[in-house]
Amino acid sequence: MTNVLVITDHIAGEVTKPTLEVLTIAAGFGDPIAVAFGAGAELTATRLAVYGATKNLTVTDEAVDSALVAPKVEAVAQLIEQTGAALVLAPATLELNEVAGRLAVRINAGLITNAVGVTGGEGSVSTEQSVFAGDWTVTASVGGQPAVVTVKPNSVAAQAAPADGTVEAAQVTISEGAKRARITKSEPKAASGRPELTEARIVVSGGNGTKGDFSAVEGLADVLGAAVGASRVAVDSGWYPHSYQVGQTGKTVSPQLYIAAGISGAIQHRAGMQTSKNIVVINSDEEAPIFAIADLGIVGDLHEVLPQATDKVKQIKG
Amino acid sequence: MDDGARSQPNAADTDCEWSEMKIVALVKYVPDAKGDRGFLDDGTVDREGADGLLSELDEYAIEQSLQIKDEVDDAEVIALTVGPDDAADAIKRSLQMGADGGVHVNDESVHGSDAVATSAILAAAVRKIGADLVVCGMSSTDGGMGVVPAMVAERLDWPALTFGSEVGVNGQAVTIRRDSDVTSQTVEAELPAVVSVTDQSGEARYPSMKGILAAKKKPVDEWTLADLDLAGVPVGLDAALTTVTQTTERPPKQAGQIVTDEDGSGAQALADFLSAGKYL
Ligand SMILES: Cc1cc2nc3c(=O)[nH]c(=O)nc-3n(C[C@H](O)[C@H](O)[C@H](O)COP(=O)(O)OP(=O)(O)OC[C@H]3O[C@@H](n4cnc5c(N)ncnc54)[C@H](O)[C@@H]3O)c2cc1C
Ligand SMILES: Nc1ncnc2c1ncn2[C@@H]1O[C@H](COP(=O)(O)O)[C@@H](O)[C@H]1O
Repeated sequence: MTNVLVITDHIAGEVTKPTLEVLTIAAGFGDPIAVAFGAGAELTATRLAVYGATKNLTVTDEAVDSALVAPKVEAVAQLIEQTGAALVLAPATLELNEVAGRLAVRINAGLITNAVGVTGGEGSVSTEQSVFAGDWTVTASVGGQPAVVTVKPNSVAAQAAPADGTVEAAQVTISEGAKRARITKSEPKAASGRPELTEARIVVSGGNGTKGDFSAVEGLADVLGAAVGASRVAVDSGWYPHSYQVGQTGKTVSPQLYIAAGISGAIQHRAGMQTSKNIVVINSDEEAPIFAIADLGIVGDLHEVLPQATDKVKQIKG
Repeated sequence: MDDGARSQPNAADTDCEWSEMKIVALVKYVPDAKGDRGFLDDGTVDREGADGLLSELDEYAIEQSLQIKDEVDDAEVIALTVGPDDAADAIKRSLQMGADGGVHVNDESVHGSDAVATSAILAAAVRKIGADLVVCGMSSTDGGMGVVPAMVAERLDWPALTFGSEVGVNGQAVTIRRDSDVTSQTVEAELPAVVSVTDQSGEARYPSMKGILAAKKKPVDEWTLADLDLAGVPVGLDAALTTVTQTTERPPKQAGQIVTDEDGSGAQALADFLSAGKYL
C-alpha cells in the first residue's frame, strides 16, 4: 500500500485537532506515517496511533527547535526518500505551509496549501480550496511525485482508526546551512483558558462596536463554551491580543456558529469567517454589510443584546 | 540603473564601489479585494477584469525596507515585481512611497505560473540585482499562501526569517520578532537573507506630494525571462504541477432573518436560534 507522510502539529507533545483530521484524510490514500518534530515528539505517538498512524517517526535533532523551518524541510525530504511516500500531508499552520512550500521547491513536487478538501486515491490527488474571501471554490489536481498538500482545520471530521503506531527515531541528518535562521529567544504566551479559536465549534467575536469593552462578548462566549475572536480594529486598538484576530491577516475560522458583534463585515474580516456554517450578527447599523451573510441578524446594541442573551441561555441551561 | 552594477552578486561584501546595502522589496500587483474578483477560463486569476493595486500587505514590506535603509548608512531599496503590464503600478506606488528604483519582470510566458515557478523567477531576478536583503509581505492579498518568501529563500539557499512583526538590521545580521499563539520568538540570521513582515510591523507610509513627483524620475528596469537565469526551472501554465480543474463561485447566501431589537426581542431571537440549532 502507498505510504502517506503526515507532518504532526503539536505543542509540547499535545497533538492538535487539525493533525488528527489530516490523519483521517491520509488513511483514505494509504498507510499514514506520522512525523513529529522537536521537544515532546515521542509524546504524540499514542494519540496519533488512535487516529490511524501506522508508524510514528520522531525527529528530535535540536536544530528543529532552534532554527526556523529549514531543518524540518531537510528531514521530511529525507523521510520521503526512505519511505517512498507518494503524498505528504500537513495541517495548514503558518510554519507547516512554509515547510510544504520549501519542500515542493526542493523535490519539485506539486503543491497545494490551505486545502479544505482532499480526495483521490492511488496516483491521483485532487484538492479543493476556498479563495477570494470564501467567494470561490477552486478544484485542482496535484501532480508531481510526491504531492504536497496542507489542509485547513475543520476540513473533515477526525475519525478514530486504531493502528499499531510504533515509535521510531527517524534517521536524518540536518546540515549546518539549515540552521542559519536561529531562534535566539522564545517566550511562552499566556493561555486564555478558552477553546482554541480555529478548533472551536462556536466563536463569538467583537469589533469596533464593543468600544473596547469585551465583557459582553466574553460573557456570551463563556456560557456557550465558545472561543473569543476579534476584528483587526479591536486588535489594533489594543483591546484584544493579535492571536485572536479573525480575518485575512489573522485566523481563518470555520465553526458551526460564528457570532459577530459590533463588526461591520469588511472583506478582509469576511475572508476569515465566511465559510462558517451559521452566522449571527449583532450590529446597531442595519446597513452594515455583514448582515448580507447573516442567518440571523439582530439590529441592536451589543451591550444590551449580548448580556440579555447570556442570561436567557443561563436560564435555559438551568 | 547600470545593469553591470546590478549583476554583482552580494556587492556589499565583495566590492567597495558598490558597498551600499541592496534591499529588494518583493511587491505584487493584485486585483482589488473590494472589486469583483474572479477567474479566467484557464483557471488563472482574472487580472484584467478587476482593478488592481499594489498588494496592501506589500506596503509593509516597502515600509520596513525604507526604515532599514534609514538605519543603515548607505542603502538602496529596489522594488521587484513579477506580473503583467499593469503590475507597473505596483512599482510606481513603491517608488512614490520612497523606493529608489524598480525592476519589473514582464513576459507572456510567465502567465499561469504557480508559486513554485514564481519563486524561481523572483530568485533569478534577486540574484541579478545582487541583493543583500529581500523583504516580502506576509502573503499576497489575492489568495496568496504566504509561501513565496520561504520558497525564494530555498531557491537562493539563503536563510528565511518570516512573519516578522518587528525587523532590525544590525551590521551583517538581521533580526525579527515572530509571534505564534504559544510563543513570541526572536529569530536572527546573517545576511544575505529573506525576510517577510506582517501587518503588525507598523503602519505603512502614504506617498507624499514630493514622493509622487520624485517617483517619476526614478529608474525602472523592464526584464523578460530572457534576461534571467532560471536555472532550468520551467515556468508558465503548462509547467505548473498543479492544474486547476474547476472554479465555482459560491451561490449568494440566502437572506437570513432580520430582527430589530426592541424590549429584548433581539436576545430572544438569539436564544431561540441557539436552541433550534442545538448550540446549547
Ligand atoms: C490588507 C488588509 C488586511 C486586513 N486584515 C484584517 C483581518 O484579518 N481581520 C479584520 O477584522 N480586519 C482586517 N482588515 C481591516 C478591515 O478592512 C476593517 O477595517 C476591519 O475589519 C473593521 O473592523 P470592525 O468591523 O470591528 O470596525 P468597523 O468597520 O468600525 O465596524 C464597527 C461596527 O460596529 C457597529 N457598532 C458600533 N457600535 C455598536 C453597538 N453598540 N452595538 C452593535 N454594533 C455597533 C457599527 O455599526 C459598525 O458596523 C484588513 C485590512 C487590510 C487592508
Ligand atoms: N508575482 C510576485 N511579484 C513580486 N512579489 C511577489 C509575487 N508573488 C509573491 N510575492 C511576494 O511574496 C509574498 C508572499 O506571497 P504569497 O506566497 O503569494 O502569499 C508577497 O507579499 C510578495 O512580497
